[in-house]
Amino acid sequence: MKKYLSFFRIRLINGLQYRAAAWAGVVTQFTWGGLTLLMFWAFYQNGQNIFPMTFSELSSYIWLQQALLALYMAWYFDNDIFDTITSGNISYELCRPVDIYTMWFTKNMAVRLSRALLRSMPILIVAVFLPKPFNISPPASVLSGLLFLISMILGFLVLIAFSMLIYISTFYTMSPLGIRILVTSVVELLAGGIIPIPFFPQSLQTIINVLPFASMQNTPFLIYNGYFEGNDILLSMLLQIGWVITLMLLGRVLMRKALRKVVIHGG
Amino acid sequence: MIELKNISKTFRVAKRNAGLREAVKALFKKEYTEIRALDNVSFKIFDGEMVGYIGPNGAGKSSTIKIMSGILTPDSGECIINGRVPWKERIAHVKEIGVVFGQRNQLFWDVPVVDSFELIKDIYKVNEVQFRKSLSELTELLDIGEVIRTPARQLSLGQRMRCEIAASLLHNPKVLFLDEPTIGLDAVSKIAVRNFIKTINKERGTTVILTTHDMQDIEALTERILLIGKGKILLDGTLNDLKKRNSTNKTLVVDYRGARIGEIEGASVIKELDGHAELLVDTTVLPVSQAISLISSKVDVKDISVIGATAEEMVVSLYREFQI
Amino acid sequence: MKLYLKYASIILRCQLQYKVSFLMSTIGQFLVAFSTFLGVYFMFNRFGSVNGFTYTEVLLCFAIMLTSFSLAECFVRGFDAFSGIISNGEFDRIMVRPRNEIFQVLASRIEFSRIGRLFQAIALFMYAIPKSGVLWSVDKIITLALMLLGGFFVFSGLFIIYATLCFFTTEGLEFMNIFTDGTREFGKYPLSIYGEGILKFLTYVVPVALFQYYPFLYLIGRTDNILYMLAPVAGIAFIVPCLIFWKIGVRHYKSTGS
Repeated sequence: MKKYLSFFRIRLINGLQYRAAAWAGVVTQFTWGGLTLLMFWAFYQNGQNIFPMTFSELSSYIWLQQALLALYMAWYFDNDIFDTITSGNISYELCRPVDIYTMWFTKNMAVRLSRALLRSMPILIVAVFLPKPFNISPPASVLSGLLFLISMILGFLVLIAFSMLIYISTFYTMSPLGIRILVTSVVELLAGGIIPIPFFPQSLQTIINVLPFASMQNTPFLIYNGYFEGNDILLSMLLQIGWVITLMLLGRVLMRKALRKVVIHGG
Repeated sequence: MIELKNISKTFRVAKRNAGLREAVKALFKKEYTEIRALDNVSFKIFDGEMVGYIGPNGAGKSSTIKIMSGILTPDSGECIINGRVPWKERIAHVKEIGVVFGQRNQLFWDVPVVDSFELIKDIYKVNEVQFRKSLSELTELLDIGEVIRTPARQLSLGQRMRCEIAASLLHNPKVLFLDEPTIGLDAVSKIAVRNFIKTINKERGTTVILTTHDMQDIEALTERILLIGKGKILLDGTLNDLKKRNSTNKTLVVDYRGARIGEIEGASVIKELDGHAELLVDTTVLPVSQAISLISSKVDVKDISVIGATAEEMVVSLYREFQI
Repeated sequence: MKLYLKYASIILRCQLQYKVSFLMSTIGQFLVAFSTFLGVYFMFNRFGSVNGFTYTEVLLCFAIMLTSFSLAECFVRGFDAFSGIISNGEFDRIMVRPRNEIFQVLASRIEFSRIGRLFQAIALFMYAIPKSGVLWSVDKIITLALMLLGGFFVFSGLFIIYATLCFFTTEGLEFMNIFTDGTREFGKYPLSIYGEGILKFLTYVVPVALFQYYPFLYLIGRTDNILYMLAPVAGIAFIVPCLIFWKIGVRHYKSTGS
């Protein structure tokens, strides 16, 4: 545990070194969020009655999305890990006294967390003071705030467990390119990264909601802004737990298989 | 003809401190330090000369090369190369120079080297006849006739370096700057590169300016040496000047039985261990014969030998002398 | 020009050395653009129109944006990737060669896989051009061509600004994404939907609206004002201050060497 913490600390210091990059990131994401809201505002003028949520709820969703981008962006991958696999250096990793799955999992967590930590606060603070209905509102209740936090962590785990599968797939394909590209485009869409899932056509929503992608950013954000209520919260969080367990188990099994192959074929 | 007069250059570098607190502080405020990279540098190099430009890392070697190749503008001073100010008439100037940056790559990675050569031919507007002539000459001298049909990524470092050098000479420049051309090369390639540089200097009359850390390069190639340290030219002379300057110092290697030799006036002990000692003797104070008899009076000498300094040691002692 | 083609042929051969990777990035470019399209499709599926613009009109606008961006990204990639060119010392090499620096930067990087996005744009055009209700008279065709050209130059100008900033700092240039990627993403809708303030900013500061919103109004017949049709010409002129800025950057580089 200690080694993961120190790794996290190094990442954080590393991130802080680049002050201009941090500020620029905040400005970029803030502008991005603002323009997204203005775009939705234009559609809102057109049909308030067919808007799937209140505009204030949407604002909360978008600002959380921008603030926590580093946690949930699907396109980020650690190139070192891909290189380790494709170059065959994985054999050296096997010699270390750590579990590779856990190591890669925490490494991904650390990188994303340290980034999010640096950038989320300024975005959220400014977003609070924006004029209504473009500001981020507090969670509906203390309870939903608490549930949001739990769901946020669960969603984060789902995303990382899923990206672990992408890393592991490289053992079989030996080229990360194809699958990465597919993931960046498809996951972004299905996770609600391009437009929130409630804006999808109704028929599609029923399918998309049970896919693991909806359990990433979609669930915590919709709990926070109050779109999910009562049973919806419970069900969606249970689904999140289900996906975390499934994806992690799947990842570990595939990893063990892949590593056995590596050991037999010598990389 | 290359002439530098009182060239000076100062850089501003951001400070960066360790630790989380310092990193947070740096988010809001940054501190800078000024570094004087070149301080009144002056020298002349005549056509057809071959000059070794040496000095420790960060002494100002590459800044000088950059100024002479027109990439960098100095703060003050004059630099005239073949009648032009490099940074003012960049395009006309660079037509007449060739630059080899060691450890950098100008060849396209994935196509045969000769394709990169063809492109360079068009960039420099070399005519077909000249290009063919130049190419066959260079490939023969550098022994890369076979190599240039393969993509650069498949070449060894030595092969690639030779191709790099060829690429920088296709347009037959009057002046060639070589920035550490032998770094990382195996012995065979080193010798090939050295022989080539010698030939090109003699036969084409190309002026060669060579920076290097490898004293064997200097010994094999250059008559004249420019030593730079902390942005100042410390020495401008021949290898022989350097040797003469150092010939007052001799190293005595002694194997003996008995107690330690201890202090001797006019000599300093470099190392002494288990009956083996090396002493640096300043012959102006203490002639070698006297030193030997002094030592024999102190210990029971088994074997003794006198060594003049190698180029490498001379440079190290020069560095020490100038405290750089 | 001959030299540029020579560069292009070498770069193409280099990129084709890695056929799978090349194909994959091309497909990837297509897919990323496609999921953006789906986002637009879903929104119109629900709302029907936005700010008085119909689905096909918006698709036309989207296609124009995508085309000019991907062309700029393909041919002006050298400026987009300029931080790398500086940090690996390639720019020093460029400086010791007897050719114009801008030409060499342009010629040293051509990203052919960006054509993937262009395929998406072409598909959109094929759908939107007949369905948009625009009567394709000569002036409309000229307008369309001017929009594409204007877009290409404005994006190129933005890439050049980004590259020039690399001379001064290596950090914090991420904010330039707002103008390049941001324009591509948000410019799929006519810019007026973001409100008066944004439209003004994108007219007078970063002249995106000059090749997008104003000529677009002419294209879909909302205005007969010939000035709206010719607005992209002013967009093309944006390249001039960008090039001046570049010159200043090169001078700075020559005085710091890093």
